[in-house]
Amino acid sequence: MKTLINALREVYGLFVEDASYTVALLIWLLLVAFVLPHLLGPRFLAPILFAGLALILLENVARSARKR
Amino acid sequence: MIDWAHAGPSILASFLAALVEFVEALTIVLAVGTVRGWRPALIGTAAGAGCLTVLVLAFGPALEHVPLTTLQLAIGVLLLLFGMRWLRKAALRSAGVIHLHDEAAIFARQQNALRADGTSAPSRLDAVAVITTFKAVLLEGLEVVFIVIAVGAVGHTLIPAGIGAAAAGVLVISLGLLLHKPLARVPENALKFAVGVLLSAFGTFWIGEGLRFQWPGEDLSLLALIAGFFLASWLGVFAARRTMPSTPSTSPATSG
Repeated sequence: MKTLINALREVYGLFVEDASYTVALLIWLLLVAFVLPHLLGPRFLAPILFAGLALILLENVARSARKR
Repeated sequence: MIDWAHAGPSILASFLAALVEFVEALTIVLAVGTVRGWRPALIGTAAGAGCLTVLVLAFGPALEHVPLTTLQLAIGVLLLLFGMRWLRKAALRSAGVIHLHDEAAIFARQQNALRADGTSAPSRLDAVAVITTFKAVLLEGLEVVFIVIAVGAVGHTLIPAGIGAAAAGVLVISLGLLLHKPLARVPENALKFAVGVLLSAFGTFWIGEGLRFQWPGEDLSLLALIAGFFLASWLGVFAARRTMPSTPSTSPATSG
């Protein structure tokens, strides 16, 4: 059981390091998938998807630097 | 006919990612080999590589049965989370917020830990040494397998991506055999930066495709995404340097 938990923890660690960062990315993906298609035309959705991800990265790196 | 807009970044992403992971695995295998002997180190390495082969053979063909848009979305999300994690870490390391990954320090630390653990009787198999190399090869290899499958499966560039990773493996193993010491001079953070940019771009592209969004320029937008993520992370490094308090972090070199 302990080995299984450790293995799952290792796999989780491949994708998640700062939980707030991962949650922000996932919330943005959900917004882009389910909310923004009702508000924006189809040709804006792909660039908006990228722009949000880039902003989340920028904000998290700057916030992490401030905290150290 | 190879679609170079996809195959080129696929080969590059899998080559660079595999290079980083194989260098990390090599450091641990070398540390185990020099302290506890080469027989258990190589047995653990072979067992890890065998386990990875079984995983690829078991799960690889199953991907063909998943509908394309589902595969694009699922792989895209995982690739994005994986790539953005690397990109964040590489940006923080570039800005000096966290220390750079130091293979020489990790090698020395691993050697000390193995020496402190004592030695097993010569006639018996050294379980600590076998498990240490098995775990290192399996975990680092798992990341390589994930990246190769993720960047290759959706865009039908599995073979070019596999060739990229295999080339990195041959290069690292050859250098390891030649030098018999960790490859401390590999610019690991620059490589992680590049891989993070490539994987984030691939992930974003596949998510857009899975959601049936229209990418301006279609497949060529992948190149624009690579440039965009590079610019965003460069801005992140710049912002981190400006906002960071003047005293740098004193935590030791971290793995991963």
